[in-house]
Amino acid sequence: MANVIIYPTNSLILSDLVKRFGHTPLAMMEKIKEKISTVGVDSPPLNITAEEPKLGLKYAAVEVPAGVRGRMSMIGPMVERSEAGIIVGESPMAFGCMGCARTNELTKYLIRTRDMPVLELAFPKTDEEGQEFVYRIAEFLRSLPQQEEGKE
Amino acid sequence: MKDEAVAKVALVSCGSEYAGVHGELESVASSVNAKLVYPEIEVDILDDIGKDFGIEAASPDLRLMMARATAVVEGITDVDGVFITSCFRCAEAAIVRNEVRSYINKHSTLPVISYSFTERTTAATLLTRMEALTTIARRRHLLAREKQSGLTAGIDSGSTTTKAVIMKDNQILGSGWVPTIKVIDSATEALNSALEEAGLKKEDIQAMGTTGYGRFLVGEHFNANLIQEEITVNSKGAVYLADKQQGSATVIDIGGMDNKAISVEDGIPGMFTMGGICAGASGRFLDMTAKRLGVDITELGDLAVKGMEQNVSMNSYCIVFGIQSLVNSLAKGSTPEDVAAAACHSVVEQIFEQQLQEVDVKEPLILVGGSSLIEGVPKALGELLKIDVLVPPNSHLIGAVGSALLASGFLEE
Repeated sequence: MANVIIYPTNSLILSDLVKRFGHTPLAMMEKIKEKISTVGVDSPPLNITAEEPKLGLKYAAVEVPAGVRGRMSMIGPMVERSEAGIIVGESPMAFGCMGCARTNELTKYLIRTRDMPVLELAFPKTDEEGQEFVYRIAEFLRSLPQQEEGKE
Repeated sequence: MKDEAVAKVALVSCGSEYAGVHGELESVASSVNAKLVYPEIEVDILDDIGKDFGIEAASPDLRLMMARATAVVEGITDVDGVFITSCFRCAEAAIVRNEVRSYINKHSTLPVISYSFTERTTAATLLTRMEALTTIARRRHLLAREKQSGLTAGIDSGSTTTKAVIMKDNQILGSGWVPTIKVIDSATEALNSALEEAGLKKEDIQAMGTTGYGRFLVGEHFNANLIQEEITVNSKGAVYLADKQQGSATVIDIGGMDNKAISVEDGIPGMFTMGGICAGASGRFLDMTAKRLGVDITELGDLAVKGMEQNVSMNSYCIVFGIQSLVNSLAKGSTPEDVAAAACHSVVEQIFEQQLQEVDVKEPLILVGGSSLIEGVPKALGELLKIDVLVPPNSHLIGAVGSALLASGFLEE
C-alpha cells in the first residue's frame, strides 16, 4: 500500500476512495484531529501556535504570510511522506478546499514536482464525466504497489 | 572591470518596470559592466506554463516569470547570470520567486540572486549582490584557485573591524585585526600589524586583494590587484580555511552590519543572500549585549554557553526592541549567562527565519566572521538547525584570507 496525498487536501470523497483501494490517504482531517485533540496546547480552535508558521518556513519564505506558512507546516510534511498523489482541479468548495489560494498553489506545486506518480484530473461536470473520473482514480490506485516493501 | 566583456544578466521579474525601481536596476547593472536582458519566450507558452512549471499563479506576470526561467534553463536565451526579483510583500510572488530560484539552480550552473524590492530600493543596495553575480560569471577560473602561492596580502575593510593577513606559499605568516575608524588609517594599521608579525616590509608584497565595505577606497590607496565584494571572497576563504573546497557547502557569515548566507559548490557561490532586516541580526547586537552586560565581546561566548536561552524572552528583530528586552530581563533578575545565551539565540534565529530559506542548506555548514568566535553563536545555530556547525581556524580573518588567496592568482596572469 502507498501513502497517497490528495488535493484538495481535505476532500472526504478522495480520502474515502484512496482508503477503499487499500492505500493510506494523507489528508488534512487527520492532521486537524491530531491538533485539536492534543492536550495542553492553548491556541483554539485549531491549536496552531506561533511555532507552526515558523515550521512552515521550510516550505515558504518569511515574506509569505503566516497563514500560508501555518497551513504549510501541516501540509508540507504530508507531501514529504507521500508516495503518490491525486490532484483534482477546478472543484467546487464542497468537494474540499483549504480556503487559501496561495497555499493551494504551493501545495499543488510540491506534489507535482515530487518524484512520484501523480494523477491530475478536472472535477467532473456530467454523469459520464463522473464515471470516467472515478474510473481513472480507481485505475491509478490499482497501479500503485499494494504491499509494503519487504512484506511480500 | 571595463576591459572585461559585458556580462548578460537575465532579468526574471514580474514587472519591476512598474515599481519605480527599473532605473536603479539598469544603473547597478551598468556599474558592474553588465546588461539586463529579458529572456525571450513564445507567447503561447503562457497558457500552459502554470501546469507545466507546476504553479498555477493567478498573476499572469508571474507566469511570465516562470516562462522566462524555463527559457534560461533551456538555453533559449544565452546569459551569464540570473537576477530574480519581485515586489516585497507579495505572497504569490514570494512563492514563485523561491521556486524559480531553486529551479534554475537545480537545472543550470548559472549564478542566481533573488531580491524583493520596494520603491525605495537603490542601486547602492544591490551593488554587492550584482558585483558578486558578475564576478562568479566572469572569474570562475580565479575562483577555482585552491592554493595560495607567492607572497600576498589581503585586507578586509569591514563595517566594524578591519582585518589584514600576509600569506606565503599557502601559510598565514601574520595577521592584524583592528576596529574600523577611518577606513584607510585602520587598513594601514591592520596591514602594518600583519607585516610586523610576518617580519616583512610592504615592498615585499607581490600582490594584494581587498574586500569589505571599504574595499574600493583601500584598494585604490594600496593599488591592489584585486578589489572584490565579500560574497565571493568570503565563500572562497571559508571553504579554504575549513578545507572543504570540493563538493557542496553552506557558508554563513555574521558580520558587524549584515549577514551573508551562501550556498557553495566546489568553492564557487551558487545562491546567496545578504541581509538582516535590522542590525538586531548582526554582530552589532552581540557587541551591544556585551557592553550592557559589562563584559568584553570576547567573554560573551563563554557566558552564553553557560546560560539557558529559554529562560529569557528576547526578540532582536529590531535592535532597539532587542536591547529593551535585554534590559527588562536583567531588571527582572535574569542571569547574565541566560541573557547572553538568549542574545546569541536571537541573532541566529533571525538569520534562520529571514535568510536560510533563500539558500539550500547543505552540509558542511561553515560559520565565519567575528561573531563565529562567540562560542554561543555556533552552539545556538547548531541547536536550531540540528546539524554540526563548522567554525574553521582564523574564521574571523575569512575575508582577508580569501583576498590574499585570490590575489595570488594575479601573480600567474
